[in-house]
Amino acid sequence: MEVCSASSNVTLREFGCEQSLLSRPDGSSSFMQGDTSVLAGVYGPAEVKVSKEIYDRATLEVVIQPKVGLPSVKERALEQCIRETCEASLLSSLHPRSSLTLILQVLHDDGSLLSCFLNAACMALMDAGLPMSCLFCGVTCAIDTEGQIITDPTAAQEKESRALMTFAIDSTEHRVMMSSTKGSVSVHELQECIAVSQKASEKIFQFYRDSVRRRYSKTL
Amino acid sequence: MRDTPLSNCERDFLLKAIGEKKRLDGRQTYDYRNIKIKFGTDYGCCFVDLGKTRVMAQVSCELVAPKDNRPNEGIMFFNIELSPMASPAFELGRQSELTVKLNRQLERCLRNSKCIDTESLCVVSGEKVWQIRVDVHMLNHDGNLMDAASIAAITALCHFRRPDIGIQGDEVTVYSPEERDPIPLSIYHMPICVSFSFFQEGTYLLVDPCEREERVMDGLLMIAMNKHREICSIQSSGGIMLLREQVLRCSKIASVKVSEITELITKALENDKKVRKEGGRCGFAESMPRERITALKMDETPVEMTDVTERASDIVQKVKAPPATVPSPVLPAPGMGQVGEGLQNAWGLEDEEDEEEEQEDVATMEEKRYKKGGTGDVVVISDSEEEEVVILNPETKDS
Repeated sequence: MEVCSASSNVTLREFGCEQSLLSRPDGSSSFMQGDTSVLAGVYGPAEVKVSKEIYDRATLEVVIQPKVGLPSVKERALEQCIRETCEASLLSSLHPRSSLTLILQVLHDDGSLLSCFLNAACMALMDAGLPMSCLFCGVTCAIDTEGQIITDPTAAQEKESRALMTFAIDSTEHRVMMSSTKGSVSVHELQECIAVSQKASEKIFQFYRDSVRRRYSKTL
Repeated sequence: MRDTPLSNCERDFLLKAIGEKKRLDGRQTYDYRNIKIKFGTDYGCCFVDLGKTRVMAQVSCELVAPKDNRPNEGIMFFNIELSPMASPAFELGRQSELTVKLNRQLERCLRNSKCIDTESLCVVSGEKVWQIRVDVHMLNHDGNLMDAASIAAITALCHFRRPDIGIQGDEVTVYSPEERDPIPLSIYHMPICVSFSFFQEGTYLLVDPCEREERVMDGLLMIAMNKHREICSIQSSGGIMLLREQVLRCSKIASVKVSEITELITKALENDKKVRKEGGRCGFAESMPRERITALKMDETPVEMTDVTERASDIVQKVKAPPATVPSPVLPAPGMGQVGEGLQNAWGLEDEEDEEEEQEDVATMEEKRYKKGGTGDVVVISDSEEEEVVILNPETKDS
């Protein structure tokens, strides 16, 4: 069993977020983690095609648009991860026979892309005012060749890492909603990364609260 | 998802206002909306805001074999993506009329006008040339997508740098940006599209229509020009009939607008070049406005890791071993295997059906046991006289 040392200088990169920046979508947000930037737009609840409607819940559709080229299998896999997370936190039974569409556009990829997608998605769903049972955030952990844990890795750090893990953490109980891993890790390393992600998620949720507080500071 | 239809009173209001030379956002007839140009972190990425219409363009390059009929010219590939984010009417995957129209117009504007020197993109004649790919993504549709797309595309092409190439005899080496500075493309001129919308059968004209105005317009005239007053392409759609004077007047207006826009583009490119030279950070993250109430930035924060290792060890030790499962398949006798018997049925069927199925299962299992024990005789499985089920054993033939 490998024990990887959690060094004391694990950091999250500079965060930035802007909400309601597009006029057409019902909710939109752009999320930046260092240089990685993502734009999210939400439409809903809106009319749904009869072939896709569900009688007691809203139908959630997630679309990821890469910067260059047409979407491929990689984007479909990421869409699946994000859709599962969103469906777990959205109260979709409040809008039966409706459609919710979440569109994510890559603006620049410098590592931790899936967690950036998750964060942008949550902020966009908040901006659209869709009812959710909990907020969620994404944290990416990488284990480099020496066994150190790095959170929020850049693209260069991701390339040299032995394993890469992304976790979606919920805001109420800080439990793992979704996990996506690449590379081999021991059980102990996995649990350590989950614990680190839970600690990091507290910072991200505080950032959400600060953003929303700032946004409504003039009206409330 | 369908777009909300335009109501009749909105339509009447717009047409009446246009008749009185008034526009919804207070602009004059020939005024453009505010154009903002920002660049991304890597070369060839450009964001254009035309009022509320937002567009992103990305240029990338790849070494490919050239076309057969043009062995020493590079290839330009344009792709406009109407992202579903831009408007609820845009659906993913469907090639709508608008997609085709925009793509075709951008190709005519940039490829047929020969604004890029394609011969300089040739590496080895007949074997390897650069393929320059321009992807334009629509992020928000508030009217006049074509103009925004053409500004974004030409700005991204001017901003783009391709990797340097070294040719020694037959070998071609592509240097990475760290080894040698990348080279810009050679661009002769910058064609920019200007759109004119016509109302009341050509009586009234508006430059740079917004989304509401586009919905009520009769027809659209798109003129692509460069700052040297050369017309690169003209396209009129909607079936409106225009007089010669009208078209000439539009081209004069277009030349004024194009020179203003070209100046804006060159200034933005110079600014970006200066920032990059000084080593400053550039990109979408940097250009995010900070003074807005809807935007927030947080600096780099450390994550506390004090008791992480202990927590993890706790969890790993406390976890129960997974329940012992019956290894499958079970082999009661040589030549026979059972799968699934003895475990709980997890299919969630009702009890009656369960029993029937179990009985049937037991019955067929017994038959199969009998059959396997036999020497390859023909065995009748069901009692019914209508069916005759014959089982072929792999060793013996049944004739």
